[in-house]
Amino acid sequence: MNKTINQKAWFFVVPVFVLVAFNAAIPLMTVVNYSFQETFGNNVFAWEGTRWFKQILLSERFHDALGRQIAFTFIILLIQIPLGIGIALTMPKKGWGVPVCLILMSMPLLIPWNVVGAMWNIFALPDIGFLGYSLNAIGFDFNFTQQPGDAWFTTILMDVWHWTSLVVLLSYAGLNSIQPAYYQAAEIDGASRWATFRYIELPKMKKVLTLAILLRFMDSFMIYTEPFVLTGGGPGNATAFLSIDLVKMALGQFDLGPAAAMSLIYFFIVLLVCWVFYSLMMKNEVKS
Amino acid sequence: MKKYKWLIPTLYIIFLMLPIYWLINMSFKTTTEIINTYSLWPREFTTENYVKIFTDSTWYMGYVNSITYTVFNTVISVAAALPAAYAFSRYKFLGDKHLFFWLLTNRMAPPAVFALPFFQFYSSVNLFDTHIAVALSHCLFNIPLAVWILEGFMSAVPKELDETAYVDGYSFNRFFFKIFIPTIAAGIGITMFFCFMFSWVELLLAKTLTATEAKPIAATMTRTASTSGYELGLLAAAGSLTIIPGAIVIYFVRNYIAKGFAMGRV
Amino acid sequence: MAKITLNNLSHSYVPNYTDADLVLRDINIDWKDGGAYALLGPSGCGKTTLLNIISGLIKPTKGDILFNDKNVTSLNPVERDIAQIFQFPVIYDTMSVYDNLAFPLKNRDLSDTEIDSKVREIAEMLELTSTLNNRASGLTADGKQKISLGRGLVRSDVNVIMFDEPLTVIDPHLKWILRSKLKELHQKINRTMIYVTHDQTEALTFADQVVVMHEGQIVQTGTPVELFEKPKHTFVGHFIGSPGMNILPCQIENGQINFAGQEIQSNSNIKKNNFQKTQLGIRPEFIYFSDKGIPVKIKRVSNTGRHKIIDTECSGGTIKILSNASTEIPSGSTHISFDQKYTYVYGDNWIIE
Repeated sequence: MNKTINQKAWFFVVPVFVLVAFNAAIPLMTVVNYSFQETFGNNVFAWEGTRWFKQILLSERFHDALGRQIAFTFIILLIQIPLGIGIALTMPKKGWGVPVCLILMSMPLLIPWNVVGAMWNIFALPDIGFLGYSLNAIGFDFNFTQQPGDAWFTTILMDVWHWTSLVVLLSYAGLNSIQPAYYQAAEIDGASRWATFRYIELPKMKKVLTLAILLRFMDSFMIYTEPFVLTGGGPGNATAFLSIDLVKMALGQFDLGPAAAMSLIYFFIVLLVCWVFYSLMMKNEVKS
Repeated sequence: MKKYKWLIPTLYIIFLMLPIYWLINMSFKTTTEIINTYSLWPREFTTENYVKIFTDSTWYMGYVNSITYTVFNTVISVAAALPAAYAFSRYKFLGDKHLFFWLLTNRMAPPAVFALPFFQFYSSVNLFDTHIAVALSHCLFNIPLAVWILEGFMSAVPKELDETAYVDGYSFNRFFFKIFIPTIAAGIGITMFFCFMFSWVELLLAKTLTATEAKPIAATMTRTASTSGYELGLLAAAGSLTIIPGAIVIYFVRNYIAKGFAMGRV
Repeated sequence: MAKITLNNLSHSYVPNYTDADLVLRDINIDWKDGGAYALLGPSGCGKTTLLNIISGLIKPTKGDILFNDKNVTSLNPVERDIAQIFQFPVIYDTMSVYDNLAFPLKNRDLSDTEIDSKVREIAEMLELTSTLNNRASGLTADGKQKISLGRGLVRSDVNVIMFDEPLTVIDPHLKWILRSKLKELHQKINRTMIYVTHDQTEALTFADQVVVMHEGQIVQTGTPVELFEKPKHTFVGHFIGSPGMNILPCQIENGQINFAGQEIQSNSNIKKNNFQKTQLGIRPEFIYFSDKGIPVKIKRVSNTGRHKIIDTECSGGTIKILSNASTEIPSGSTHISFDQKYTYVYGDNWIIE
């Protein structure tokens, strides 16, 4: 759309700017402030330079948390994106099935995150939970509160339960926007089911899938509440992802300097990955 | 193969419903039954968990608090985002692209990063433990989202609509409220749905910024789980009740959801 | 290549249909091998449905489709060996122009050398050779539509090539070029082509035979001249021509046609008079001003440059007249007469011959 140049448009943006600046810029300044200083309480600060940053970047604890975080995000993306596309492809296109699917599939998205954690805690408990009890009944020694592997399995299953629907809804919308003529042309051209998916459906879903991957990356990288309620980061530190570790450091141990430095590094990683991914996708777009 | 296509969504929905069923199942059991037996449905059906929640003010006020700040946040986010999204969709101005990108980066900010500074900041302006503090803090991620979704809907409205209205002698305000807003009503509905959703499900900031007066239901639940013993039935009943507002909201916007996603925005 | 026969075809999109649900009713068509045909009608008349039934994308509720006298009703589009070009260009975004053209051949397991020679031949014909290695999504709308067309032409085995309003998204000045290109291709490759459109100019310039459809029925099949000179249904008269035919209510008494108090001579041979409604049809081209005849009042004259279109009022109704730009138009009240050869009487909308 041709946009007209109008500097007065800034007045329209002022409320948003003020509200977000109030919420983002000021707290971010505080974080930056802490990250370079040592506090002794009572607003006494000492300049520490980049000490906290070095300390965090070199600490094994941070490396481990980051490693766990990357592994977690990678696994859930690998499961949720193909699964979401697959479900969207098999969903009904018209009739009573559509609203039923949409409503039931959206349900997990609207449950408070700690309730999701609590629900899965109850669901997976080996003695009274359906999942834990069933797994033990068929011969698996399953206990997510004791065994790191089981804790990971449960956390990933919970995230798949919680968020795959978002990918489904996005893909479904992308599929629905494809004109029937494309399918008809493919049918006339003698394209196989796979070729139809590969050359029509997938390219047309590119935009929504980019969005789905970005959203799922961001939200899974920031995940806090659900694993905190489900496992508390345990057993040990097995499921202590970046946010859990950060909150532990900031509010639990009150190590403000290192926590602030970690916050900035954390934020920076999310921004960087999103930016790289987004530019890659856009570069492709320009080429075509 | 086509014949069995329905199996996949059906199995997926069953997978989605199982944990929810288990939660509801637990909520109708007595504490002794939960601890002593494993059963697929309540043997001694009881509503005492629900009775407790609806009679104890620390419980039911949690719902009131949650709904209050969620509604506040939805109204603030949409009201502020409407003019901004209009500006982004219609005008070019100094720094527009940078501003838009900066707004979106806030959607990428991990709430955990902001928990501590928010606590200090809202305490220093005497807003700690108020509904408005939580509502304002949720603007951090909801305003960028609202601007983004609304901008998508507004860009889809041809500019000729604006021009025709001005030619017909409408003032900007009259045009905006009488013509433009009704035109994008579906978009506003979807935006409100997402703002409501993200504010309703968030807990970290809501918990950090409240103590007693504005404590959200979700936080009441965590306290129950940790301090007053392991009252699983009560916890399950409270959890089951938090599903209801979401279900109601989904029911109302069911026809718009697919459409909203199709716009390529969230 | 094939001749196409449609026998008693009816279609409804709802399963338990009543007569009102039929979008096509009782269609019978005989199309010769190698002909150029057009299906003409307004939106919603069922022409696209009919096209999709011929291509096999839709199974008809009733009736049969025969290609070269072989019943193909139950075959899918691939088995029928047809090509179809859609209203807007359908291209495979991620492929190059070359791969787009090669796609239907690859799916049919042709050898690489065969594919290559076919693709280059068609690209040459459509003037796409210079863009063969480009990404197809980067082309303009008419370039993309040429690719869609190319994918239909590249196969040598197609029985029929069908066009579903293919020029809708093309700029007006390119429409001419593409349309003459199509005509040229038809003469060169001599395959049966069916062209669906709501634009009379497109239909009349492309096709040897035009099938006019109205509310799910075929109202007339004929050459462009036949449609113009002798419309078999008031809809055809009204729809074809610019402005369309004047359709005027008239009375028939004792074998005489009475309109506006005057007795009218027509080309219709009236034997019976058991119609609910009788109308007189006369094209604006065949009405002349005269000293006596039907009294009219001139209401408005619009000059298109080549013609003058005159709106006249006559006993409450409007009669349009088309005359040369040089013709003097009398003002106020005057008289007009109809050319008997092109004046027809319609009983309940169908021509009386």
